[in-house]
Amino acid sequence: MTSNSRTILICSGKGGVGKTTLTANLGIALAQRGSSTVVLDADFGLRNLDLLLGLENRIVYTAQEVLAETCRLDQALVKHKQVPNLALLPAGNPRMLEWLKPEDMQAIASMLEQRFDYVLIDCPAGIEDGFKNAVAAAREAIVITTPEVSAVRDADRVIGLLNTHGVNPVQLVLNRVRPKMMANQEMLAVDDVTDILALPLLGLVLEDEQVIVSTNRGEPLTLNGTKSPAAKAYSNIAGRLQGEDIPLLDPSKERSGLRATVRRLMQTKIF
Amino acid sequence: MTLRDLVDKLLGRQPASASTARDRLQLVLAHDRSDLSPELLDQMRREIFEVVAKYVDIDLEEGDVSLETEDRVTALVANLPFRRPVASPSPKSD
Ligand SMILES: Nc1ncnc2c1ncn2[C@@H]1O[C@H](COP(=O)(O)OP(=O)(O)OP(=O)(O)O)[C@@H](O)[C@H]1O
Ligand SMILES: [Mg+2]
Repeated sequence: MTSNSRTILICSGKGGVGKTTLTANLGIALAQRGSSTVVLDADFGLRNLDLLLGLENRIVYTAQEVLAETCRLDQALVKHKQVPNLALLPAGNPRMLEWLKPEDMQAIASMLEQRFDYVLIDCPAGIEDGFKNAVAAAREAIVITTPEVSAVRDADRVIGLLNTHGVNPVQLVLNRVRPKMMANQEMLAVDDVTDILALPLLGLVLEDEQVIVSTNRGEPLTLNGTKSPAAKAYSNIAGRLQGEDIPLLDPSKERSGLRATVRRLMQTKIF
Repeated sequence: MTLRDLVDKLLGRQPASASTARDRLQLVLAHDRSDLSPELLDQMRREIFEVVAKYVDIDLEEGDVSLETEDRVTALVANLPFRRPVASPSPKSD
């Protein structure tokens, strides 16, 4: 029983920018760091969280049966074998979308809040009904985006809606950062994105091939404590959420040598 | 503006694409956030010109009314240069 449980929506507006990957990795990292955590797949249309966590073969019941009261909550929760502090509440059948209402998501979230320190909600892309249902259950949000114009624009839309729904705080994760492109000013800089969206930065995740490898295996990067840049980033995000003071990565420091120094100099804001 | 932007400008080079991205985003977000359709904005612009023109002689060619956004606050910014100094800016009344 936890009284100060945190329900955090992980959303982006644009599809495919890394919501589910962040939810899975953050879930593992928070649980490993001692917080009881549940990840809730709110993407009923295209569920994937089970697959990223490698739990797809262990699902018996879903949120659907919990809502219909044909099973108990603990029967539907899938516990992670290696990280027993982490559970998944799987998304039900896509047909659920026909009748699911914001109140249903609120009901699920309040059940979960009684048992877990962290409730992470993997939001569907878009700003339609799926988003509206999920946002109703959220208290806080993490908006994830990539440094690309379309993703930032969609993130801005979502931030506006989160504000309207009274979700607070809202923090930003910038994903798929390529230090070299940023250094050459061929990619929006970190400051550009945080200035434009006016959100505090919770973390920076570099573009990292290991993300794909880990997805293939159904073992999120944070599970094996790998030293890959993305794994480090995800676990730093977990630490910051828990209140640890961990400095943010500086993409320009990722590269050294004279050329990198000159590139850094060229990025200096003069006015 | 970054040092690179300045160097690009001095050399007459195309600006780095990040800088273009930033400018385009700022413009599109100002419109997204205001929820004003281009037609409405245009109508408002014309009406503002009309009102201001009642008081001062403005250069319609040079004038501009546009949306700008910073820190999630959107503002309507009007830049309406006078054609010539006006002696007595008292409203015409009849
Ligand atoms: N930091 C990263 N480096 C490399 N690849 C990444 C990174 N983050 C995410 N990806 C890849 O991007 C793709 C989309 O990721 P993910 O499924 O997490 O996005 P999503 O926002 O949940 O998508 P959807 O909107 O469809 O639910 C995946 O193939 C994933 O492996
Ligand atoms: Mg997803």
